[in-house]
Amino acid sequence: MSEPNNGSRGWIARACAVWRWFWSPSSRYALGVLVVVGGALGVIGWGSFNWAMELTNTETFCVTCHEMSANVYREYKGTIHDSNASGVRATCPDCHVPKEWVHKVARKIQATNELWHHALGSIDTREKFEAKRLQLATNVWRAMKSTDSRECRNCHNFDSMDFTQQRSRARNRHQQAADEGKTCIDCHKGIAHKLPAGAFTAERELDETWGARKP
Amino acid sequence: MRRWFAAGLAVAAVIGATAIAASQEVKSLRGDQAITEVDKAPPVHQVREGQRYERAYRQQPPLIPHAIEKYEIDVKVNQCLRCHDWPQNVRENAPKVSETHYVDRQGVRLDKIASTRWFCNQCHVPQADAKPLVENTFKPASPATR
Repeated sequence: MSEPNNGSRGWIARACAVWRWFWSPSSRYALGVLVVVGGALGVIGWGSFNWAMELTNTETFCVTCHEMSANVYREYKGTIHDSNASGVRATCPDCHVPKEWVHKVARKIQATNELWHHALGSIDTREKFEAKRLQLATNVWRAMKSTDSRECRNCHNFDSMDFTQQRSRARNRHQQAADEGKTCIDCHKGIAHKLPAGAFTAERELDETWGARKP
Repeated sequence: MRRWFAAGLAVAAVIGATAIAASQEVKSLRGDQAITEVDKAPPVHQVREGQRYERAYRQQPPLIPHAIEKYEIDVKVNQCLRCHDWPQNVRENAPKVSETHYVDRQGVRLDKIASTRWFCNQCHVPQADAKPLVENTFKPASPATR
């Protein structure tokens, strides 16, 4: 009875000692050294953190997983965002990872769930992927709706669109969409990947629940 | 020995002759063109948007007055139906698919498009200023109004 108590007390005492040591002034190093070394380490630490985050924010990194390279990446190849007259490309992270730091980190934390499912092998065959596809696509549509298609708008800006250069149908529909406060993903689904079976039923259901949520 | 040699010579002559004849007759599907020569690209027809081409004859499947190359029609989805299927066509202000497309081969009326009608672009094509591929004398029973 007394031993575990002693043990836990000993642990707390040790922790307190470390805490006191950490916060007591150093008698060995000058304040300047601590500030300069601490600052340098901070810069290196911050730099490497962002470097690692950028490293995982490339097309090359995304397609190292066969779930990506065998399914969505293969479909993306040849679409207008992959190859076009000017050679300006929008790769995986341009559409699927936010540019702003806070949103980006939030998405990166969310991505740990994807690592978990990679380990589980939730979509490690084409059949499993196709079975889950509607759910996965709907998740992306919902996310895009909730951010007002923020990642699309990094490049495509309603205000910068020259409607007169668009074809008549695009012109009419874009103006109409802007007036109705619609967002890109409301119409532009399946532009870089194939659509899942039952896409339009799911789309209608999503729109209806969305309309109920947004007064 | 001599007879064998003569026979061999005759066979070789026949094979050689046929080979020469064959090589003279071989023509590529591209016509009288060297292998290294590049074909002239066929003309690309621009889709005519913003105007409607009327039917040229009664049974003609109506033409599509917009570009369709990015719309997916496969075993899973048909993107044409996103706008042209009832009731979405009301919201999208798009022409409704004809009711004849909701009847299967046995004449049973369906609530979704008949599988035989699934591939829209087997009959409906985007309108373009395309000239007839071969000369023909086709005339509609009743002339189309222009």
